[in-house]
Amino acid sequence: MSAMEIPYTVEPRPDTGLTSGKIGIWLFLASEVMLFGALFATYILLRVGAVEWPHGAHYLNIPLATLNTIFLISSSVTMVMAWYSLKTDSFSKFRLYMGATILFGFAFLVVKYFEYSAKFHHGYFPKTNTFLAIYFTMTGLHMLHVLGGMAVNAYLWGPGAKLWKTDKEHFTNRVENSGLFWHFVDLVWIFLFPVLYLL
Amino acid sequence: MSDAHSADDLKKHVRAYILVFVSLMALTLVTVAVSTLHLPVHQAIAVALIIATIKGSLVACYFMHLISEKKLILWVMGLTVAFFVVLLLVPTFTAVDRIGS
Repeated sequence: MSAMEIPYTVEPRPDTGLTSGKIGIWLFLASEVMLFGALFATYILLRVGAVEWPHGAHYLNIPLATLNTIFLISSSVTMVMAWYSLKTDSFSKFRLYMGATILFGFAFLVVKYFEYSAKFHHGYFPKTNTFLAIYFTMTGLHMLHVLGGMAVNAYLWGPGAKLWKTDKEHFTNRVENSGLFWHFVDLVWIFLFPVLYLL
Repeated sequence: MSDAHSADDLKKHVRAYILVFVSLMALTLVTVAVSTLHLPVHQAIAVALIIATIKGSLVACYFMHLISEKKLILWVMGLTVAFFVVLLLVPTFTAVDRIGS
C-alpha cells in the first residue's frame, strides 16, 4: 500500500465491517437529513404561523410534479439495477442502466425548467410570498442535489468506468455509494412532493 | 448494501426491487388521488405524510438496503432520524404554545 492510498476501499474494516466509502457516504447522508430537516422545520414554522396558506395547486402544476415523481422513482430502480449489473459482472448492462438513470435525472431537470419558467412568466418569484419563497428554496436545493448526483453518475458512466478494468470491486463500491446518494435524492422528493404540491 | 451476496440472494433482490418500484408507483397515484378528495387539512396532512413515510421507508429499506445493513449504519441513521424528529417537533411546539392565547 502506497503512502497516499486510502485504506479499506474494497475490504471492510475489521472493527466496523464497513468500507471507508460506505461509512463516509452514510455519515454524509446523515448530515443531509439534518440540512433538509432544517428546511422542513422552517416550512412547518412558516405554515403554522401564517394567517393564510395557499394550497399548492394554486401556484404549482400537480401533473408535472407527478411526472417528475415517476421519473425519480424510475431512476432509483435503474440505479440499483446498475449496481446489481456490476455485482453480476455485466458491465454492458451497467452502462445501460446507469445511462437510463442519468437520462431520468435529466428529464426531471427539463420538467423543473418548464415549471420554473411558467412561474417566472406569471410573475411568481421567491419574493412574491412566503409559500413561493419556501417552494423555491426547497426545490432549488433539491435540484442542486439532482445535478450533483447526475455529475457523479455521469463520471462513473464515462471516464470513471476505467476503474472497472483494474479493480472491479472498488468500482462496484463507488457505484453503490453514488447510488445511496441518488436514492436519498429520490427520498427527499418523496416528501417534498406532497408537502409542497398536494397540501 | 451488505457485502456478501450469493446468486440466489441477488435474484431475490431484483424481485424485491420490482415489487418496491410497483408499490412506489401505486402509492404515488394514491397520494395524488387522495389530494383530489379535498379532505380537511389535518386529515389531508396525516394521510399524505403516512403515504410518504411508507414510500420513504421502502426506498431506504430496499433500494438503500438498510434492511440488511450493518449495525453501525443503523445506529447512525437511527440517531439521525431521532434528531430529525426533534427538529420537526420544535416548530410544532411553538404552534401548540400559542393555543388559547
